[in-house]
Amino acid sequence: MTRAASHSTGIRFENINKRYGGLYALRRLTLEITAGECVALAGRNGSGKTTLLRIAARLVRPSAGSLMFPSTQQSGATSRVQTGFVAHATMVYDELTAEENLTLFARLQGTADVQKRVDTLLQDVGLSDRRSSLVRTFSRGMRQRVAIARALLEEPSVLLLDEPATGLDPHGAAWLAGTLRRLRDAGCTILMSVHGESEISSLATRGIRLDAGRVVADTKAGASLQSILTFADA
Amino acid sequence: MSLLSNTSALLGKELRTEFRSRELLTTTVVFILMVIVLFSFTFDPTSAESRRFGPGLLWLAFLFAASLMLQACFLREQTNDTLSALRLSVDDPFAIFLAKLAANTFFLLLTEFLLLPIFSVLYNVPVLPVLGWLILVLFLGSLGVSIAGTALSAISAQARMRELLLPLLLLPLLTPVLVASTEVTKALLDPAPYVSWKGIGFLAVFDLVFLTALWLFGEYLLEE
Amino acid sequence: MAKQVIAAVVVVLLMAAAAYAALFVAPTERSMGLIQRIFYLHVPSAWTAFTAFFICFIANLQYVFRRQPRWDWLGVSSAEVGVAFTTVVLVTGPIWAHPVWGIWWTWDARLTSTFVLWLLYVSYLLLRTLIEEPDRRALLSALFGIFAFIDVPLVYGSIRWWRTQHPQPVILGAPGSGLHPAMRAVLLFCWIAMLGLMALLLRQRYQLEALRGELDVVRRESEAG
Repeated sequence: MTRAASHSTGIRFENINKRYGGLYALRRLTLEITAGECVALAGRNGSGKTTLLRIAARLVRPSAGSLMFPSTQQSGATSRVQTGFVAHATMVYDELTAEENLTLFARLQGTADVQKRVDTLLQDVGLSDRRSSLVRTFSRGMRQRVAIARALLEEPSVLLLDEPATGLDPHGAAWLAGTLRRLRDAGCTILMSVHGESEISSLATRGIRLDAGRVVADTKAGASLQSILTFADA
Repeated sequence: MSLLSNTSALLGKELRTEFRSRELLTTTVVFILMVIVLFSFTFDPTSAESRRFGPGLLWLAFLFAASLMLQACFLREQTNDTLSALRLSVDDPFAIFLAKLAANTFFLLLTEFLLLPIFSVLYNVPVLPVLGWLILVLFLGSLGVSIAGTALSAISAQARMRELLLPLLLLPLLTPVLVASTEVTKALLDPAPYVSWKGIGFLAVFDLVFLTALWLFGEYLLEE
Repeated sequence: MAKQVIAAVVVVLLMAAAAYAALFVAPTERSMGLIQRIFYLHVPSAWTAFTAFFICFIANLQYVFRRQPRWDWLGVSSAEVGVAFTTVVLVTGPIWAHPVWGIWWTWDARLTSTFVLWLLYVSYLLLRTLIEEPDRRALLSALFGIFAFIDVPLVYGSIRWWRTQHPQPVILGAPGSGLHPAMRAVLLFCWIAMLGLMALLLRQRYQLEALRGELDVVRRESEAG
């Protein structure tokens, strides 16, 4: 599914500020995620999880501070580090087939052997037999699979997920957990926002809770994963 | 991964998407047809009158149609947040704009070619003798409409009342295109047809100016 | 506070002097008589509007590249002031045309272009009312403002070249062409007075916008906390 990472990549957030109007979504947030960690990001709605993830994905520019992906020694702003991003929205086209979607994004990203890569991914996410169906006809779970396939196109060493289990039935959630487990074990660095305890959050090797744009709890600092997760919706 | 290859990949997507559903194309064609017919009720469509009013009404119809058709341009990308996927996948965000404006120009031209014979028949205006030049002015004018329309569509998609907003923003901005295109078309449909090089040059300048502006500021239009 | 009052008084005095000059000092125009004096209101308003829109353009560019809210405040203030002066141009046109030619509106090239200019910046202001979030609003309206401004010469060019073919009453002739030196002097003086008024209005509007901006921040923080 992904190659065993030839070099693992971490994420370093330094003094990240993000303002919307006068409001701070993130305040002087400093956080270091080491390569290979699987981090569960918890917090109330509005605590800054989505903003943090979208900054890491470089969809949003921070108002201040810097983002780096250490071990490849490249500043987040200048080079194309292989990150994959999965959001609430599927980020794929309903009017195209699964195969057409993946082919499009593979071509855009400059993937080497497009057909082969697309075939492999479709197989990995179990959609080979539905490759020529329009995504519009897919269930929520299947759409999630296409979304993940898209995120994995470039064999990312960092995977970012924003509440990936939303809307998934137990079967879908189980599939997702299995996929993430395989990625984690292969050395991929994972940062995912979660709600409460679940099969997915239990994969985490580290937990972090955000509140009002700041890190308020971290398993690395001694808190228990459970406490971080269960205060998530307080 | 180059600008050209990204643009062509995205252009393929735009064309494939539209030709699969054809909803935008068909509604645009029908809309322009309706406008042309309705306009004919407002004056006496003798040959002389048609030559005077026809070109302007034709271009006005194209402009109205385009300002409706172009709303979908970036709205479509909001449905599943595919715009974010595109931003993550391409090196140069200008490819997104180039692909969309190329597709939009193509769709506009398609509707115009479909409607030109109908216009010619309804208004008794011969277009065949000057077809080549007509195609040129249609192309330059539609290109201008697409460039401005694609840029402004990215703006209006992020505001409220976007259905009304795009025409509101776009139509005053496209006044130069309306004026120049009408002028060139009128000259071509004149009983003694001639080529207005000033008009063609002006349209080319308009296109170039706005394409450059889009190139310079495009990435900010897509910012989150 | 005192400085502002002094500035306001100076502007009022300047405007009064300009009005006096326009009404009594400037020589009477040969063919049109008294009504021609509206020229001293009409033309400087147009020049002032352009000045305001140019300031708006610079503010828009600055905001896009610097992202400091004060450039956004300057942008909206100058756009509003510009629209106000443009409205004066559009209103004084017919007021002048009617007694002279018996018609309210002529599609004179400059007046027509000014109408389009008015529409463009009214759209700019309308756009702002339709975006809630301040940062988005500032950025998107700045970008539209930039597109609008680079369109202006194209609007004026196209209308001048192709909408003035048929003979029609030319509202004022090219200003400065064959203008009596006394008229030119009064014209310039009126413009300077009007620029003073523009600066005053701009300052007031800017401060209002700055206050609104700060109030908005406080309100949002209290809602979130």
